[in-house]
Amino acid sequence: MSTLEIKDLHVSIETEQGEKEILKGVSLVIKTGETHAIMGPNGSGKSTLASTIAGHPRYTVTSGSITLDGEDVLEMSVDERARAGLFLAMQYPVEVPGVTMTNFLRTAKTAIDGEAPALRTWTKDVKAAMDQLRIDADFAQRNVNEGFSGGEKKRVEILQLELFKPKFAVLDETDSGLDVDALKVVSEGVNRAHATGNMGTLLITHYTRILRYIKPEFVHVFVDGKVVEQGGPELADRLEDEGYDRYVAGAGSAAEPAAV
Amino acid sequence: MTAEATEKARIGAPSIAGFTEEGEQLVSSKVDHKHNDGTTVMASRAERLTSQNVADFKLPDGREEEWRFTPVRELVPLLTDGANDDDALRTVVEAPEGFQAAPLAIGQAPRATTLVPADRAAAVASANAPEALHVVVPAGAQPEEPVRVVLSGQGAGKRSNSHIVLEAGAGSKSVVIIEHEGSANHNGNVEIFVGEAAELTVVSVQLWEDDAIHLAQHDALVAKEGVYKHIAVTLGGKIVRLNSNVRFSGEQAEAELLGLYFADAGQHLEHRSFVDHNVPNCTSNVLYKGALQGAGAHTVWVGDCLIQKQAVGTDSYEKNQNLVLTDGCRADSVPNLEIETGLIAGAGHASSTGRFDDEHLFYLMARGIPEDVARRLVVRGFLNEIVQKIKVPALEERLTEAIESELTAGEN
Repeated sequence: MSTLEIKDLHVSIETEQGEKEILKGVSLVIKTGETHAIMGPNGSGKSTLASTIAGHPRYTVTSGSITLDGEDVLEMSVDERARAGLFLAMQYPVEVPGVTMTNFLRTAKTAIDGEAPALRTWTKDVKAAMDQLRIDADFAQRNVNEGFSGGEKKRVEILQLELFKPKFAVLDETDSGLDVDALKVVSEGVNRAHATGNMGTLLITHYTRILRYIKPEFVHVFVDGKVVEQGGPELADRLEDEGYDRYVAGAGSAAEPAAV
Repeated sequence: MTAEATEKARIGAPSIAGFTEEGEQLVSSKVDHKHNDGTTVMASRAERLTSQNVADFKLPDGREEEWRFTPVRELVPLLTDGANDDDALRTVVEAPEGFQAAPLAIGQAPRATTLVPADRAAAVASANAPEALHVVVPAGAQPEEPVRVVLSGQGAGKRSNSHIVLEAGAGSKSVVIIEHEGSANHNGNVEIFVGEAAELTVVSVQLWEDDAIHLAQHDALVAKEGVYKHIAVTLGGKIVRLNSNVRFSGEQAEAELLGLYFADAGQHLEHRSFVDHNVPNCTSNVLYKGALQGAGAHTVWVGDCLIQKQAVGTDSYEKNQNLVLTDGCRADSVPNLEIETGLIAGAGHASSTGRFDDEHLFYLMARGIPEDVARRLVVRGFLNEIVQKIKVPALEERLTEAIESELTAGEN
C-alpha cells in the first residue's frame, strides 16, 4: 500500500508578463487501489498538476509538498520520479526521432526495474499488451510516436502504463481526441492495470464520458488552481448535467484562459 | 504551326515548350538565374566545369554555387598549387598478396579516365600527386577481409596531395576502407572502377584530429550490373569537404551513396553527392545522416541527381536527415533533382532537420531513463541506420565507440 500526498501545492510558470501562479494551494491524498478523477474547465490548472507531479521543468513549485510514501518527490529529478513509481500518461506525447518503440520500451523498463527484463518473457508481454490495446505489431519497429495518429499515441501511453506497472498513474486528458472505440480500448487498459490492485490512478479530464468506462471513487472539481468541491461518483453525474458554469461564475478570474 | 501545336490548339491543351502529353521529353531550363546573394546557378549540374588544369579554376571567393557554404578563406593553403610537404602523410596498405599494383603516374591510364577534377582542390591534388596508389581486386576475387588503406597526417598545416585508384575486377566482391587520421592539410582524390557484375563497398572514414583540413573528390564509374556502395563517415577534422560522385558505363548497375557525420563545436563537415544517371535502367540511393552539437557546428549536404534524357528506366532516391542536439548549430541541406526524361521508374528526394529538444528529453526521462542515456539513445538510434549498412563488424564497433565518445565529449 502506497500513498501519494499533495499538500497545499502552489505552482507558477514564467510568462512574458512575469511569474504567473497557476496552482493556488492544492491538497490531495491518493492511495493504492483508489481512482480519483480531477475535473474542471479549461485553464483551471489540471494539466499543470499532472506535469508538476512528473517534474516538467516549465513549472516551478513555490510552496507546498508532494510526497510518495513520505519521500520528497519535489527533490527528485524527472527520471527518479518515474523510477520511484510515478507515471504520467501525457496529453500530447512527443515524437522522438531515431528511437524505435522496441528499444525505447526495453530501455525504460530496464531503467525502472533496475535490471533488464528477461528477453523471452518481455517480448511476449509486449506483444500481448499491444494486442490487447489493438496496436499493430509493426509499431514496435517504428520510432517512438513518429507518425502516430492522436489515438495511436494515447494507446501507446497506456501500453507503457501496463508494461511499467507504476505505483501511481496520472492520466492527463487521455480521453481527449479519442473516438468511442479508442476510448473503450484505452479505458480497458487502465482498468486492467488498476485491477492488479497495485496502482492508484489520478484521472484528469474535462469531459465526463471517460467516466462511463473508468469508475472513480473520488471526484475533485478544479477551478482556478484550487479544488472547489469534492465528492463521490455522483458529483461527476451532476457535472454532466450542469457543466462547470456554477463554479466558474463564482470564481471570477477562472474564466480568464490560463496556460495549462 | 507544327502539327503538334495545331493539334494542341484544336483540343484546347496548354502548350508548354518541350513538354508533350507523355511527358517523356522534359528538358531542363537553359536560362541561368541568380541567387539573392549574387551567386550564379548553372542551368544543369552537367555543365559544371571539369578540368585537369589547376589554372582553369580560379581561387573561389565563396560566392560560387559550389563553394557558397564553405569557409573558403581557410582553404587558401590547400587551394594553392603546390607540392607536398616532406613526410606530410604516411600511407599503409593492408591488402591480400597481389592486390597492390605499381603506382600510376599522372596521365597513366586508367588514372584520370574517370576522375576529372570538378573543383580547384581536386585539380591541385591531381597535379601534385605524382604517384597514385593503385589497388586492383582481381576479377572474381572475394577477399574475406576488407582492404585497408590508412592515411596518417603527420602534422597540422602539413600539405599533402594524394590520388588513389581502386579497381574492382569483373565479378569480384570486396570492401575497401580508407581511413584518415592525424593532422594535415589534405587534398585527396579517389578514383573508383567497378567492373561488370562486381560488388564494391568503399568506406571513407574521417577520424582526423581537430586541426585537420581535408578536401576530397571520390568519383566512381560502375559497369553493367555492378553494385557500388560508398559510405562517408566523418567524425573528425576542422574542415572536411567530401564530394562523392558516381556515373555508369552499363545498364542494370546500382549505386548507393551513404554518409554519416557528427559535427562538434567549430567543425565544418560538408558532403556533396552527385549521381549522374547517364545510362538507362540503373538504380541509385543516397542517404546522408548527421548529428550536430556545440556552438558553430556546421554541416552541409548538397545532393545532386541528374537523370539524363537517355537514362530511361532510372530508379533513384536521395535523402538527408540532420539531428540538431544543441543551440548554435547550423545544418544546410540541399537536394537537387534534375530530370530530363519522364520514362523512369522513380525519382525522389527528401530532407529533414530535426531538433532533439527539452520535450524529447522530458518524455524519455519521464519513463525513468537518465538524461545521458536518453541523449545517447536518440543519437545512436539515429545514426545506426548508416552504421549498420557498413557490414564490417570490426569497423562498425569502432565507429559506434567513436560516436559514443563524441557524445561524451559533448556532455563535458
